[in-house]
Amino acid sequence: MHRAAAGAPGPARPPSPPPPPPSAMGAAVFFGCAGIAFGPALALVLLTVAAEPLRVIILVAGAFFWLVSLLLASLIWFISVHLSDQEDSKLQYSLLVFGAAVSVLLQEVFRFAYFKLLKKADEGLAMISEDGQSPISLKQMAYVSGLSFGIISGVFSVINILADSIGPGIVGIHGDSPYYFITSAFLTMAVVFLHTFWGVIFFDACEKRRYWCLGLVVASHLITSGLTFLNPWYEASLVPIYIITVCMGVWAFFTAGGSFRNILKCLSCKQEEDNRVMMYSALQVPFED
Amino acid sequence: MMITFMNNSDSEEEPCNERTSLMSAESPPVPSYQDGLPASEAGEAQTHRKRQTGSSHSPNNAADGNVSDSGVPVRESALENEEEELTLKYGAKHVIMLFVPVTLCMIVVVATIKSVRFYTEKNGQLIYTPFSEDTPSVGQRLLNSVLNTIIMISVIVVMTVFLVLLYKYRCYKFIHGWLILSSLMLLFLFTYIYLGEVLKTYNVAMDYPTLILVIWNFGAVGMICIHWKGPLQLQQAYLIMISALMALVFIKYLPEWSAWVILGAISIYDLMAVLCPKGPLRMLVETAQERNEPIFPALIYSSAMMWTVGMAKPDTAARAPSQQTWDTAEDGRENHRSPSHSDSEILETRSPVPTHPIASLEELEEEERGVKLGLGDFIFYSVLVGKAAATASGDWNTTLACFVAILIGLCLTLLLLAVFKKALPALPISITFGLVFYFSTDNLVRPFMDTLASHQLYI
Repeated sequence: MHRAAAGAPGPARPPSPPPPPPSAMGAAVFFGCAGIAFGPALALVLLTVAAEPLRVIILVAGAFFWLVSLLLASLIWFISVHLSDQEDSKLQYSLLVFGAAVSVLLQEVFRFAYFKLLKKADEGLAMISEDGQSPISLKQMAYVSGLSFGIISGVFSVINILADSIGPGIVGIHGDSPYYFITSAFLTMAVVFLHTFWGVIFFDACEKRRYWCLGLVVASHLITSGLTFLNPWYEASLVPIYIITVCMGVWAFFTAGGSFRNILKCLSCKQEEDNRVMMYSALQVPFED
Repeated sequence: MMITFMNNSDSEEEPCNERTSLMSAESPPVPSYQDGLPASEAGEAQTHRKRQTGSSHSPNNAADGNVSDSGVPVRESALENEEEELTLKYGAKHVIMLFVPVTLCMIVVVATIKSVRFYTEKNGQLIYTPFSEDTPSVGQRLLNSVLNTIIMISVIVVMTVFLVLLYKYRCYKFIHGWLILSSLMLLFLFTYIYLGEVLKTYNVAMDYPTLILVIWNFGAVGMICIHWKGPLQLQQAYLIMISALMALVFIKYLPEWSAWVILGAISIYDLMAVLCPKGPLRMLVETAQERNEPIFPALIYSSAMMWTVGMAKPDTAARAPSQQTWDTAEDGRENHRSPSHSDSEILETRSPVPTHPIASLEELEEEERGVKLGLGDFIFYSVLVGKAAATASGDWNTTLACFVAILIGLCLTLLLLAVFKKALPALPISITFGLVFYFSTDNLVRPFMDTLASHQLYI
């Protein structure tokens, strides 16, 4: 699927500046979409994760768990496709929907499994530390694990598309939307944020045994995935997804302990020993001497 | 012609094709320090195989906890707990200290594979894999690849045993010469070929005088850094580069199926060679431990750092000049030994240190022994990821999945190292995960993700 951005100007338009050469156009699309899709994730990783070895390990392990869930879901889909009639396109589409739903559910199952693993690791770290407190709190682990799921999910969804965007090609030559790349990039950014927020909410819900929260997280994941089925009707898919993202963000903020006071304190730039980014300010500061 | 080169490079390959092993040199707590000294020496010792990782945790840093960076007052907490926590803290740090070079090596290899077409063209095979895979039937192809693997592994076994014998009968000069010849080959010849291909790909002209100047400087500095003294980071960079070059050679000259079977077979061999009582690598390590001397460190990646800030003690002051250099010279075996001996002096003298009032931060002494990983591990990890990048039908997902799998395998191996505290092979877990992820991602995940992406569905 080769699609690249190149639109022909309409007949009644005033003379537009000459279009950039195709190679420059490809690179521009690539860098732009990559920046949109992974800019926030990269910033979050560089600012909050890269400095601490333990968080980096949690990040990589989270990616591993997501990959395993994807593997299992792909296996199920693959088997179902091969057991069915390959010619029937409607059936194949519904199998795809089924595969996507199974994948979403498996992702949440593996998120739960990761929660269990991290909880155990947390207890282990607390046990061997000198002051009985582990060097990293469960809330931080929730954030990092959510971020890791988001990054790997986003990367797997969009990296091939980005790689294709460099090369020569024409977007939508068969009648598809010419905005494929940029909408994919925005969707990926939303997915990264969503997973981060879901991670925070999910872990907190598991910790406090609020199962309705868990159900809501799973439901919102299913809804988000379902909304992407409305592509290329982007107004119906992108806008609600971003609304869900903002809502999840607010919910995660309050779950992690944030409040209006915290925001005000952060914005007032008072001299504090802990200067944290707003989203991060609510997370528990590990005990450091 | 390339085959003769490969022939020569065999001597170079052998040290690289050795079994990988991670070795821990956990020095025991201060009270039983004397018992632990041989263990720490062995940790410093590196096997011929160049595949040894020593994860040396200096528990005497527990004593250093008394003189921590921020000048925290002396903590009277339980030494053991602090030790364990510091072990784990160092454990996480050591994992990252290995993640970074492994990642860098893989990035170099993948970037080269994706851009320079030379390394994905089929241009003959190594002499160790004589059977061609251009056969029509699947069964014949499989048989040929298994035969290739058997030949390759037996060559490796023979070379390993030969090296162990050389070491046992103290033919050090021979081994020195062999290693120097191999690194010469890598640093000059393979770099020249690599540079030539990169220039060809980007259509950049370079005249011979410039080329000679560049290659000469690169190679000469590399030889000095690797075999003698040099800044630690420069040495690490050179080791990463030669691992990447070697991996690229393997990716180019190993036929497809043989490469995968060889990867699997070599991790099994690694497992056996390091853990079985009669394994050559284990015998090597034990011999080195008996003789109390480090084995040739030329081809081991070491992330060690030694920070010696001046202290009012004659022995430590004498060590100050060796700050930030890690002598991995074979000629400098003595140099290499002296840090470990002076380590012991430092460690011994550290016990009285807390009783001295620490006036300023300058009196701080902290020694961190890093982790060592053999270059063969780097090479085979990069071969796996590079092959995934080269042959997975242009798909980036497979490459990334293999990358994550290898990192997780490395993490688990280091965890096992912290638990078992003895020499461990670094290949099996990572390569197993890598292979599983490669085949499953290429065959199962790729069609799924492609189909989803064609409808712009997100999961």
